[in-house]
Amino acid sequence: IFTWATLRIERGAKEKNHHLYKPYSNAIIAREPTSLEEEIKEIRRSGSNKDLDSASEFEMSDIFYFARRGVESIMDDEVTKRFSAEELESWNLLTRSNNNFTYISLRLTVLWGLGLLIRYGFLLPLRVTLAFTGVGLLVFLTSVIGLLPNGRMKNFLSEKVHLMCYRICVRALTAIITYHDSENKPKNGGICVANHTSPIDVIILASDGCYAMVGQIHGGLMGVIQRSMVKACPHVWFERSEVKDRHLVAKRLSDHVQDKSKLPILIFPEGTCINNTSVMMFKKGSFEIGATVYPVAIKYDPRFGDAFWNSSKFGMVSYLLRMMSSWAIVCSVWYLPPMSREEGEDAVQFANRVKAAIARQGGLVDLLWDGGLKREKVKDTFKEEQQKLYSKMLVAQLKPCLH
Amino acid sequence: MGSRASTLLREEEIEEIKKETGFSHSQITRLYSRFTSLDKGENGTLSREDFQRIPELAINPLGDRIINAFFPEGEDQVNFRGFMRTLAHFRPIEDNEKNKNPTASEPLNSRSNKLLFAFRLYDLDRDDKISRDELLQVLRMMVGVNISDEQLGSIADRTIQEADTNGDSCISFQEFIKVLEKVDVEQKMSIRFLH
Repeated sequence: IFTWATLRIERGAKEKNHHLYKPYSNAIIAREPTSLEEEIKEIRRSGSNKDLDSASEFEMSDIFYFARRGVESIMDDEVTKRFSAEELESWNLLTRSNNNFTYISLRLTVLWGLGLLIRYGFLLPLRVTLAFTGVGLLVFLTSVIGLLPNGRMKNFLSEKVHLMCYRICVRALTAIITYHDSENKPKNGGICVANHTSPIDVIILASDGCYAMVGQIHGGLMGVIQRSMVKACPHVWFERSEVKDRHLVAKRLSDHVQDKSKLPILIFPEGTCINNTSVMMFKKGSFEIGATVYPVAIKYDPRFGDAFWNSSKFGMVSYLLRMMSSWAIVCSVWYLPPMSREEGEDAVQFANRVKAAIARQGGLVDLLWDGGLKREKVKDTFKEEQQKLYSKMLVAQLKPCLH
Repeated sequence: MGSRASTLLREEEIEEIKKETGFSHSQITRLYSRFTSLDKGENGTLSREDFQRIPELAINPLGDRIINAFFPEGEDQVNFRGFMRTLAHFRPIEDNEKNKNPTASEPLNSRSNKLLFAFRLYDLDRDDKISRDELLQVLRMMVGVNISDEQLGSIADRTIQEADTNGDSCISFQEFIKVLEKVDVEQKMSIRFLH
C-alpha cells in the first residue's frame, strides 16, 4: 500500500507539473575518501612542472583542498543529520514524514483520512489504556514483591512480574519485535550494550529478558517507577551528583557485575539518542570494567513509525503520543555473541570493536564521531590533528612554535 | 504536522535562484532542506554559530575563513539566496554552458570566480591584495603551532617573491591567477552532486 501511495503522488505531481521533493537516504554530494596528503599532492602536481619529491613546500593552491572540504561539509556532513529523523523512500501515510503533501487525488486523501481515523480514533485510546495499565501494575506489583524476604521465590516472582508488565507496555506501543539468535542472550554478571534510538529500547529489550537498569534518579512519575523497581530486584540508580564522579560509577557497576546473582546490566554507551541510521562513538566507561560484554543490535523499520526521539524537538509526552499514533513500531533485535577484552587491547579499541560488530549486524553506518556533538562543540584536538598533518607537508622536520 | 521544505520556498524564488546560480530544481530544494536543518533559530537566516555547529567544518583549519565567505561585509546573517550564491562557486563547470548567451554576465562557477573565492580566503581585509601579513596569518591558521615563526616567515617571503611581478610586495588578483594558471581549478574547486 505504501509504495502505491508514493507512486500515486509522483504521477499526480507529473500531471500537474509540480516538482517533487525527493528524499535522499544517502548523500547529496559525491565525496571521495582521499587523504589530505594525496589531494594536496595532486593539486600541486597539476600546477607545476617541478619534480614533486624535492619540493615539499607551500603552494598557494593548497588552499583549494581546505576550501572544498569545508564547503562539502556545509552541503552535507555525516554528523548533524544523525540527530534528526530519517527520511523515507516511500510514503507511509503519515503527514509528518512527507514534504509533498498537497491535494493530489481523492483516493489518496480518502486513504490518508481513513488512516488518520484508525490511528487516532481507535489505536491511540487502546494503547494509552494499555500503557497506564502496564505502568500501574509494574509499580504496584514490584512494591508488593519488595515486601517478601530475599530469596529464590522473590527473584522468580520479580522476573515474572517484570516480564509481564513490559510485555503489556510493548502491546501498548504495538511493537512487533523479532528476536534473533536468542542463544546469545546476556547472562548474569555480564554487561549488555546496545545502540540507542529512544527510551523505548529499554522496554523492547526488557520484555525478553531481565536486566538491571542503570540510570539517574528522576523525580516525578519516573522516580516512583524507579524506586518501586528497585524493591523487587537490584538496579543501579545514581543520584544526580554521583553521575559526575566516574570512579564512583565504575565502582558500583563493577561491584554489581561481580555479584553473580545479580542480573546483567543494560547500558547504552552512545550516551544519547541517535536516529538509527548509524552508531556513534561508544563511551569507554562500560568497557573498562572487565566483564563480559553482550552486544545487542536494535534496528527499527521506519516505514511503520519512526522511533527516534529528537529530544530537542519533542518532549517525552508528545514523543509517546506520536509513538502511539503511528501504525506500529517494527523492529529487529539481534543478540550478538559475547565479547571480552583481549590481550593488549585497551578500552577504546575494545569499544570500537563492539561498535563495529553492532553496526555490521544492524546495517548501520559505523561512525567515530561522538554522540555528544548533538549538544556540544567538537574538541579542538581534531583541528590540531588536521593542522599537524598539513604542517608535515610543508616542512620535513616539525619544530613546534612556542608562543 | 507536514509542510516543510518545498512549500516554504516559492516557485518564483526557485526560478530566480536557478537563473542566478545554475543549480537544478531538485538541487535547490535539497539544499533548502539542508539550509533549514542548519537554521536552529528557524528565522530563515544562518548565523556564524549555525555553521560552527557542523563538526567537520569546525575541525577544518580554515573553517572560520570559509564561514566568513558566506557573510557580506559587516553582516552577521545570511539568507538562503546568499547561501546559494556562495555555494554556486563550487558547481562543476558544464561544457554546454560555455556556448550560452555570450552577453550574459559571467556565471558564478566560472574558473575566474572560483579563483576569486580562493583569493578572498587569503585576503583578510578585503582590499583586493594579499599582503605578507595576511599570508602569514592564513598560513598560521593552516599549520597551527607546528611550525616556527621564522620558517613560516621564509615560506611567506618565498611565495610572495615568486608571485609578485609588479614589485609591491603584495599579491594582486591578477598575479594570483598567473601563479595558478596551470592548476586544474575547475576540478579541484568543484563538488559533484549525486543523482
